[in-house]
Order: sequence, then C-alpha cells, then structure tokens
Amino acid sequence: MEKIKVQVCTGTTCFVMGGSNLQELNSIIPEKYGDKVEVAASNCLGLCSIQWEYSKAPYVKVDEDVVSEATVEKVLEAIDKKLEN
Amino acid sequence: MSNVGQAIHLKKEILVRIIKAFFSDDFEEQTRLIPFDMRPKGMEVPYRCCIYKERAIIKDRTIAGLGFSIEEDDETVSLKTYAKRAMDRKGLDGKNLTVLQAACKGCATNRIYVTNLCQGCVARPCQSSCKFGAISIVDGRSVIDDSKCKKCKMCVNACPYNAIVKITVPCEEACPVGAIKKDETGFASIDESECINCGRCISACPFGAVHEKSQIIDILKAMKSDKKVIAMIAPSIAGQFPGDIYQLKTAMIKSGFDDVYEVAQGADITANTEAKEFVERMEEGQNFMTTSCCAGYNQFIKKHLPEIKPFVSDTGTPLYYTAEIVKKEFPDAVTVFVSPCVAKRAEGFDNENVDYVMNYEELGALFVAKKIQILECEGGKYIKEASKQARRFGYSGGVAESVKASLKDESIIQPCIINGLNKDTIKQLKKCAACGKTEDGSNIIEVMCCEGGCIGGNAAMNNQRNAKKLIDNLAENSPEIKKV
Repeated sequence: MEKIKVQVCTGTTCFVMGGSNLQELNSIIPEKYGDKVEVAASNCLGLCSIQWEYSKAPYVKVDEDVVSEATVEKVLEAIDKKLEN
Repeated sequence: MSNVGQAIHLKKEILVRIIKAFFSDDFEEQTRLIPFDMRPKGMEVPYRCCIYKERAIIKDRTIAGLGFSIEEDDETVSLKTYAKRAMDRKGLDGKNLTVLQAACKGCATNRIYVTNLCQGCVARPCQSSCKFGAISIVDGRSVIDDSKCKKCKMCVNACPYNAIVKITVPCEEACPVGAIKKDETGFASIDESECINCGRCISACPFGAVHEKSQIIDILKAMKSDKKVIAMIAPSIAGQFPGDIYQLKTAMIKSGFDDVYEVAQGADITANTEAKEFVERMEEGQNFMTTSCCAGYNQFIKKHLPEIKPFVSDTGTPLYYTAEIVKKEFPDAVTVFVSPCVAKRAEGFDNENVDYVMNYEELGALFVAKKIQILECEGGKYIKEASKQARRFGYSGGVAESVKASLKDESIIQPCIINGLNKDTIKQLKKCAACGKTEDGSNIIEVMCCEGGCIGGNAAMNNQRNAKKLIDNLAENSPEIKKV
C-alpha cells in the first residue's frame, strides 16, 4: 500500500490563523500510524490565495484532499477515513 | 479548535479585513461592509440565533479593531462613521480593554447550583455541611438560597452524587486581581482602578467578549505619512512566526515599517543595570530585590501592592532603553512596540518614547492582508545583535538568568522565580513585602505576570513549548552577555 502523505502548510497565513498548533502533528502522526503515513511541513500550499480564502486557514493536505480550518483532530479524522478505504 | 480558538480566529479575521479595507480605495465603505462580507445573505448561521445578531456582534468587534470602546457605542453610529473617526483620531485615550457585553448574556453568573442529579437522599450531607443555612429541602430536593450562599463549596464537596456544582464565570476565574465582574445586569465590566492589563480575561472568555482596543489604524496612518515608522520587537517574538527574526525583519519592512529594532538590545541594558543595582542593594543590606521588566507586574505593584515598591528594581524595562535609543537617533520617527501583551500598551502609553503598541496577532493580520510570506524573505540584519541571555527574556526564568550571567561572581545571587501572578504567588509576594525578606532566603525575585513568561501572553500565537524551542534556537547562536 502506498503511504499517505500529509502536508502541513507553514505559510504565514496558515501559521497566523492558527496553524502553529498543527506542529504537534509532526510527532503525533509517526507515533499513531508508524510508517503508513508520512508528514512534512510544506511551504505555502497556495490555498489561502484562491479567492482570498484566508479565513478558512490553516490548511493541511492529506494526499490530494484539502482540510480547511484544520485542527489536529480534523487531520487525524481525514487520515483515518483514508486508511479505511 | 476550542471555542476560545474559534473566537481568536474570528478576531484575527476581522483585523485582516480592517487592514485590507484601509488599503482599499474606500476605507469607510469597505469597513461598513465587513459584517456583510463575513456573514453574507443566505449564509448558514454559525454561532448565534440569527444572521442579524451575528452581524451586530461582528460590528462590535470591528469597533474594537478600529480602536474604540464597544461599551460607548450607542448602536446608532455606523461603521463608516467609526472608520472616519479612526482616520481623524489624533491620539490614544489610554484605555486598553473593551468588553463586548452582548456576548455576556450567554454566560451564567457565578453561583453554586444543585443539578437534577440530586437524589433527595436521607443523609443530606449538603445541608449539614453548610455553615450559612443556605440549603433547604423543597419537594424532596436540595435548594440553595443565593442570598445566604457564600460560595464556599462545602456542599459541592459533601454531596456523594456530585450533584452540586459551582458555576464559574471564566473571565472572573482568570482575573488574578478581581478586576472583571459580571454585575447584577449580567454584563461583565472591567474596573480600571483594579485592572493590571494582564489580558488573561481575553484568553479565558469562551465567547471572545474581551477585546483589546487596537491601534492598528493609527500605525497604518503613520506608515502612510512621510514619517519614519520604526518597529521594536519584543524578545518573545522569536517564537511566534515561521522563519527566524532576520527573515521577520525583512517581512516587516515589506509590510510597511522603515526599520526594526530588537528590544532584546534593551534587555541587555536592563540585565546589566539590574545586576549593578542588585550588588548595590545587597551591599546596603537589603535582603532581596525583585525584577521590574514585566508591565503586568508593574501595574500590579501600582494598584495592589505598593508596599513592595522599595524592593523593586529601579531599572528601566527593555522597551524603555530600546525606545530611548531609537528616539535619540530618530527624534521624528514614530515608534511601534510589537508585543504579546496588553499591559505593555499601558507602559507604552506612559512612555513618551513609545508612540504605539501592536500585538503579535495584529502583526500577523498585517502579513496576511499584505500576503507576505516570511519564509520566502531573505534575512535582514539588526544594527546590534542582542546577547543569548537577553534573547531569553521572554520566558520564565530568562530575566533572572540574565542578571545572574551579568555578574562577575554568579554565586552571590539566589533567584526565586514567580511564574505567573495568581492567588498563591500574590500571597507569597505580599509576605515578602511585609517581612522584608523571602521565605527561602533567595535574594532576587523574578516576577512574570503571565504563566510561562511573555510567551504566555494573551496575544501569543504559538504554543509555549514550540515558542521556547524557537527562542532557544536563536539564543544558542548568540553572543554571551557582557559582565558588569
């Protein structure tokens, strides 16, 4: 099975709008999923600039799926859903 | 995200919109539209009863963002007029906090309450535990007479079913000095004569009802004028944004500042001066000295513990020295202190070398509005590199450590760290002031009003663990502090 790839946006907008807490994912994900899921900080994913959607920041990408107003819980939920399928 | 998190998100979104409006062709009209842009017709209502209330509350929050008191709003004045008033405003009024009282309605008053888990038992331990005769039995169940209840919680602890609860008001619980209260009408208000501007009520309120009166419009106006605008960044900022403080400097210049100074530069002077003062005081026979750099603590001394004043260092704060340096070099410049804390707004207001204060959330909002990516910025240079110790001023223990490291003989100093003002630490300080000495024989007391230090300030954006790590990364590569 291919690894799920999680990208946590570290662009300024995501960081300011609450993304600083998402740094926790860097330790939670390997602990919880081992090598099934890969997590990395990413430069600005560019999602905030589409129609100036900064108010839905912070963003995280789980493979190609976008998690907006991301929280640690929401991201883990998205990963679990992927793993079920 | 917690509810508090959501409320902060909302406040930041409004700040971004205010800044965007400022840079648009029509500031007044764009400001008027903020509640409508955020809650357009037909939108699902996220929090309140209806979209009209949502908009009314966003309007109130925008009033605070424009720098006015929400309490003084009589609801007839449009945001357009407020925007104009903000543009015409010449100075600040020195009041830093404002409460959105419409949000307080949802919050029950502080009381002891018997829930319907009450089993109407035979033993009735609640009734016998109450020293004030406040509990009677009505229809087989316990009922509390609020006029007699002293909220001692004896009944809460006595009930074997956990049926009695204390309903708390988060802002009242959080305030270390009892300055914010929900009055008989159910609205919270802040008593200015008691408030030390620690900002804890801002972080505690789940409705996000307590706002800082922002000076962002005044700062943007200064940037638009032909005056030089110079930012002075607090040491704790090193843990608050992506990238390092060198990239941050470039990002800040891109966002409209003409230059950026590290307040850690002033922290070096504070630590050195305080070390000298410490030696003098010990030689004079004083038993202990407390630090003086925390603005919340300084307000606390003034309003609640003047008797400790003889033991408080007379040394200026890092901001004091930094602002002095900047104003000496550029007398006509507008100086802006960038901080995580409300209390520094009060310090800035009292210091003629500090024109404005902006918090980290507001700086963040400015970056978002101007679409500035800090990580893509080249590193800038600071005129003076601060020391390792000064750069650690922003977390608990850092100040005492700097004073210690400034001394040739470090063994003469025994620090005691007050990590946050609360009921217990306030008691401890009172005792020290009354006895003229500390309990454990320590001779320097570092006082930080916020738990964790400045990284625990109300406008800090990063969690403390990460913030501390980032500050340490910077400090590791910084020079040692000068000895005195």
